Amino acid sequence: MSQTTHGVGGLSYDAKKRTWPAEFNVFLALIILVGAFELIGRVFLGDSFLFNTRANVDTIFNEARLQIIILQVSIVGIIAIGVTQVIISGGIDLSSGSIVGATAMIAMSFAQVATVNGNPNPKAMFIEQGWTDLPVIVPVLVAIGCGLLAGLINGSLVAYTRIPPFIATLGMMVTARGVAKWWSKGQPISFPTESFAAIGKGLMPVIIFISLAILFQLIMTYTRYGKHCYAIGSNEDAARMSGINVQNHKILVFVIAGILASLAAVVLSSKNLTAQAGMGVMYELDAIAMAVIGGVSLSGGRGSIIGTVIGALIFGVIISGFTFLRLDAYYQEMVKGVIIIGAVVLDQWRQRLRAMRA
Amino acid sequence: MSDIVLKTENLTKYYGGVHALEGANFELRKGEHVAIMGDNGAGKSTFVRQITAVEQRTSGKVWFDGQEVNFAGPIAAREAGIETVFQNLALADDLDVPSNLFLGREKVLFNLGPFSILDRKFMRKATEAALVRTAVKIPNLNNTIRHMSGGQRQCVAIARTATFASKLIIMDEPTAALGVQETAQVENIIRTLKANGEPLILISHNMRQVFDLCDRIVVFRRGRIVANLRKQDTDGNDIVSYITGSKTGEAELAA
Repeated sequence: MSQTTHGVGGLSYDAKKRTWPAEFNVFLALIILVGAFELIGRVFLGDSFLFNTRANVDTIFNEARLQIIILQVSIVGIIAIGVTQVIISGGIDLSSGSIVGATAMIAMSFAQVATVNGNPNPKAMFIEQGWTDLPVIVPVLVAIGCGLLAGLINGSLVAYTRIPPFIATLGMMVTARGVAKWWSKGQPISFPTESFAAIGKGLMPVIIFISLAILFQLIMTYTRYGKHCYAIGSNEDAARMSGINVQNHKILVFVIAGILASLAAVVLSSKNLTAQAGMGVMYELDAIAMAVIGGVSLSGGRGSIIGTVIGALIFGVIISGFTFLRLDAYYQEMVKGVIIIGAVVLDQWRQRLRAMRA
Repeated sequence: MSDIVLKTENLTKYYGGVHALEGANFELRKGEHVAIMGDNGAGKSTFVRQITAVEQRTSGKVWFDGQEVNFAGPIAAREAGIETVFQNLALADDLDVPSNLFLGREKVLFNLGPFSILDRKFMRKATEAALVRTAVKIPNLNNTIRHMSGGQRQCVAIARTATFASKLIIMDEPTAALGVQETAQVENIIRTLKANGEPLILISHNMRQVFDLCDRIVVFRRGRIVANLRKQDTDGNDIVSYITGSKTGEAELAA
């Protein structure tokens, strides 16, 4: 019915027919992983990974664990959304973890209260200037400004100096970490206002993460911006010859990644009620790993935000699963590395298989 | 004069001391398919690059669609209606067929700057129409073109030029890398374009193809046009002697 015929030979195709989405495989991996933890738990511990086993609680699932699975990856997940669109357009961003550190420090210093328990806030950076108890919008805008600036520098370096994104963002990674340490001379910045602390309270990080993920999935699928990300990552010369302003697009991609990293910094410092110069170390690599596990190709052009979200969930399940099995945190790290490699190898196999079938 | 689509006068291009193209006088009329032949380095591609403004000419004049033109770059030339199928297909592997057809000139539903919402339905419909018009056969529009055959990809590239109601299509060796069947498919598209009255400049090394598809043959040798012959006034041997230089002097069309 939906068959359409065209061409001299009358070759037909089905307009409704869709190929298996690549995300499906990643989702399957997530299910298998959860199933494995459930099985091991039942056999060896006599406990369930997913379902509620406590008699005094009236729920089907172990809701506390499900919440933790998502909560512990939400903040890095926000970064991963930005990193995903960078990778899809053929770049890489190593600076996001350091941007988190620098932004957390700077934003938090504009979110502090004047008095703690009746005494002047000993940690307040701008108490002399009277910049305390500011409305929550101030630190948030300061954070977005930081992310925007860092992204603008990253993007301009990549677009105009033609140095590889790896190097440009490596430089930013080192510099931004330096800024984070310099801002308060290494001192932690604490005692935020109640309204600032509310941003990262409870399940708020999850809500922010999922909302941003949905927004960017829509942007990547339905807007010109998204289409050009895929086009540039797929064949930059073709994109340029087709009249796409590749330079401007790359700058915008890095600006968005910077802003998302800065939003992650707001959520993280708010959740922890403090900002420290060492915040966000290695987050950039976790974010890249989430994207890669979620099927985003490091050579650009392929992947999706949905994939990255599933990749993030796989991360969360592994961490929770190892805790559930009472295995040392050391093993978590080792297995994480194996899974990153495994995901890329599997993806390449899948690509080759497809190429052979076509 | 009004039925002349493209005209060049003394079109010249020097790369430093190398005279790649010298004093090319060329005319293309409405609905006409002209072949450009010549040895490697004879100036064929240089000639095309001056018309499409991929490079800026050293001297000479170009008229397109009744007006003298000085395109700033390939995008300006394309906007004026000159569509080129490049040797190194300008396609994005990870995009589907409609996205490739509309690459860089997406139809937009709401304009929100870079975040403009795409009119995917319109682009699909237009793609289907373009494929019907050019008689291109693609198994599934929704597939990325990564795993399509060379012929199918070339067809997508050609369908792209035909989608935008272009006034002139230039193809630079469109079948050089294709197999027999795929070449036949591309040639069919070119015949369809001819039937639709769309003018075409075809650069090719394939003598049979040129005699099959074109009305007129222009031969380049050492940066100059050495022959400009109607198909019925010449034959393969004649063309070869012009290409190799055993026959010299500018052969003009019998007025």
